[in-house]
Amino acid sequence: MTTVLKEVDAVCIGVGFTGSILARELTKAGLKVAGLERGANRTSREDFALPSVRDDLRYAVRQELFQDAQLETVSLRHTPGETALPIRRLGSFLPGTGVGGAGAHWNGVTWRLLPTDHNLRSHVENRYGKNAIPAELTIEDFPVSYDELEPYYDRFEKLLGVSGKAGNLRGQKIDGGNVFEGPRQNEYPNKPLAMSMAGAIMEKAARELGYHPFRAPAANMSSAYTNPEGVTLGACEYCGHCERFGCEANAKSSPQSCILPVLLADDRFELRAHSYVKELVYDRQGKKVKAVRYVDTRSGEEYEQPAGRVILGAYVFNNNLLMMQAGIGEQYDPVTGKGALGRNYCYQVSGNNVTVFFEDKIINPFMAAGASFGMNIDDFNGDNFDHSGLGFFGGAWISAGTSNGRPIQTRPVPPGTPRWGREWKKATARWYNHAFSIGASGCNYAHRENYLDLDPTYRDALGRPLVRMTYNFHENDYKLADYIGGVLGKIARAMNPTAMSSPAVRRGNYNVVPYQSTHNTGGTMTGANPKTSVVNRYLQAWEADNLFVMGASVFPQNASYNPTGLVGALAYYAAEAITTRYIKNPGPLVRG
Amino acid sequence: MVDETIPRRGFLKGAIVGTAALATAGPAPAEAQTTASASAAQTSPDAEPLLTLTATEHAFIVAAVDTIIPADELSPSGSACGVATFIDRQLAGAYGMGARLYRQGPFPKAKPELGYQLSLNPREFFRAGIESANAWTRKTYGKDFDRLSVTERETALRAIEDGKAPFPGFSSRMFFDALLQITMEGFFADPIYGGNRDMAGWKMVGYPGLPATYREDIKTYFGKKYDKPPRSIADFA
Repeated sequence: MTTVLKEVDAVCIGVGFTGSILARELTKAGLKVAGLERGANRTSREDFALPSVRDDLRYAVRQELFQDAQLETVSLRHTPGETALPIRRLGSFLPGTGVGGAGAHWNGVTWRLLPTDHNLRSHVENRYGKNAIPAELTIEDFPVSYDELEPYYDRFEKLLGVSGKAGNLRGQKIDGGNVFEGPRQNEYPNKPLAMSMAGAIMEKAARELGYHPFRAPAANMSSAYTNPEGVTLGACEYCGHCERFGCEANAKSSPQSCILPVLLADDRFELRAHSYVKELVYDRQGKKVKAVRYVDTRSGEEYEQPAGRVILGAYVFNNNLLMMQAGIGEQYDPVTGKGALGRNYCYQVSGNNVTVFFEDKIINPFMAAGASFGMNIDDFNGDNFDHSGLGFFGGAWISAGTSNGRPIQTRPVPPGTPRWGREWKKATARWYNHAFSIGASGCNYAHRENYLDLDPTYRDALGRPLVRMTYNFHENDYKLADYIGGVLGKIARAMNPTAMSSPAVRRGNYNVVPYQSTHNTGGTMTGANPKTSVVNRYLQAWEADNLFVMGASVFPQNASYNPTGLVGALAYYAAEAITTRYIKNPGPLVRG
Repeated sequence: MVDETIPRRGFLKGAIVGTAALATAGPAPAEAQTTASASAAQTSPDAEPLLTLTATEHAFIVAAVDTIIPADELSPSGSACGVATFIDRQLAGAYGMGARLYRQGPFPKAKPELGYQLSLNPREFFRAGIESANAWTRKTYGKDFDRLSVTERETALRAIEDGKAPFPGFSSRMFFDALLQITMEGFFADPIYGGNRDMAGWKMVGYPGLPATYREDIKTYFGKKYDKPPRSIADFA
């Protein structure tokens, strides 16, 4: 039995960052909005309180705030010919659940993409020639340019109160900021965070090598901040418990700390937690999603919620799942190259870091903010360096810093140290406070054989197929990782450490066990061509004009940058198109 | 041959008095571990009642965590720090019962990059792993793991770590990795879970624990050793 509810003006699937932003913009435009969140309601006051918010085992290791793999996971195979198996325990990536979504337990790294990341394919073809891009690299342009999106990046940074320092203010390059970034109209809303010892060492080494060190933009408040919504965030305590944790000080930007207070106070918004959206009710003829069906997880009862507009703001995998199940768009086929749904799934080429050890320096890794609390360089990011003859495209941001010193997971020891016993104890005690890592986050460019579809065997708790990921690293990724590893080694040596590890080389298959990044992207990509993309530049589905898809599932490929800044900017960009154009004039915003 | 007529658990209890002083008197000298006969009983002051481990399993865990974390000037032994208690409680609770673990079949053999693919929950996995480890040491040394000398335990554990001890079903390396992971959790997690007793793990590395509010300290202690004693969740309860 499905209970059919009274129609609402709009429904948001998922109440994380994008769901909250869209709900806020639509209610401000006068619409009645229901927010359906599969998980529980979580508030900073109740759920992120001292002292239990600092429980490393509960949050970082047993993963309390993440999606419960017992109920829902994805399956993986490395090539289209293999049988996929479910990822039974989350490891490589950690999607969120519950009100706030992953926005409650992220680190706070808030980038803008480089202008050349926005028009990637055209840029690479212009600079290196029409035939420079290998056929298997199915990279595309974002249909929205950096300049078009700049005001929306700005708006999201102001909502979050991002701490940082501009490196390109209206075209003027500023030393100490990121001189490679696209022109910004405004300085960051909050000044940079305090400097860590690791950051100071990195800055010196990078300058000596002629690079351009800068402070990574952080949604961790260097000082208390009141955002344009009138919500005040507290100052960061440098507790070293950002990633995987909520913030008791409301000093890390999250839906809870930035926007939910005003949204929940608005009568036009109704939050329904424990409401697990099961399927979209799609009218193929009318090209509309008429309703969404969801299960109340407290009772098991099923509801159908008709809605005038549907905002799909779940995580990448559920965005794909719901559209694939409803058949909104054609499933991508790697053999023919036809179909757009599931195409260009990308990840992040990370994990090739170098750990440096200093006998005479105290690092205090436990005093840290989450967002790469140190110093970055972008000299080897995107197309900021000449790729002629390198055999790969793209790059990585490189950072040295400390995000935490929680010892269950952070205990660096020099290479060659045994993993246990007396020698392990000695080395651990000796080096814990004298080491940090230089890390890199590499872009991951779309590959013809990397894609998402539905698993034929394994199912989730609602009886739906799992999303099946066909994914592996390919030549571009391995070469990129090798090259960046070389740079990391060079920086490490310039620091003149007592000991250092060798740059980790990326070889072999993608491994789901060690954490790498929760930057899964693609499958419902945005583009200018309805044949090769799923949503248009306003994130409106080509095949359902009242369906708007949020989040990193719309990325055509993954830049090196953590996706949240772009996700937030695109959410505001789409929200404006809906409120200023679509509400008055429903229908496709771009003619296909 | 091991005298199976001595019930292990009773045997442990009888020996506790002698070692309890060691645990409370602070870090034991390095020689204490090596000179002591290697019986699990004498390295374990762990008198906590068991929730799920059998006496044999507990003896194995005590011996294993004391080999991974031997007593020395840096900390008491793993079991003296409550790590065996921690493991017993974790395996008895939600984690042991398979929380957050997708358990729908089929369960075919898989390459290691696809992660854990067995139908066993962690409690069942440790049961099987301990059984296999003891069977292997009985075959190799004529004794259960906990009855081995300190040196033999180290050699045996290294073979298990390297995947050189043939286990039925899954590799001994996989078992060792899980054992090492849960041991480290028990040594470094907040003491509310029964391990990291007296914050011994935190003291060993200099981790200050809670409340971790460093807005001023981050400037004061730039490049300087943070000298305040650690505190844990219970100190704020």
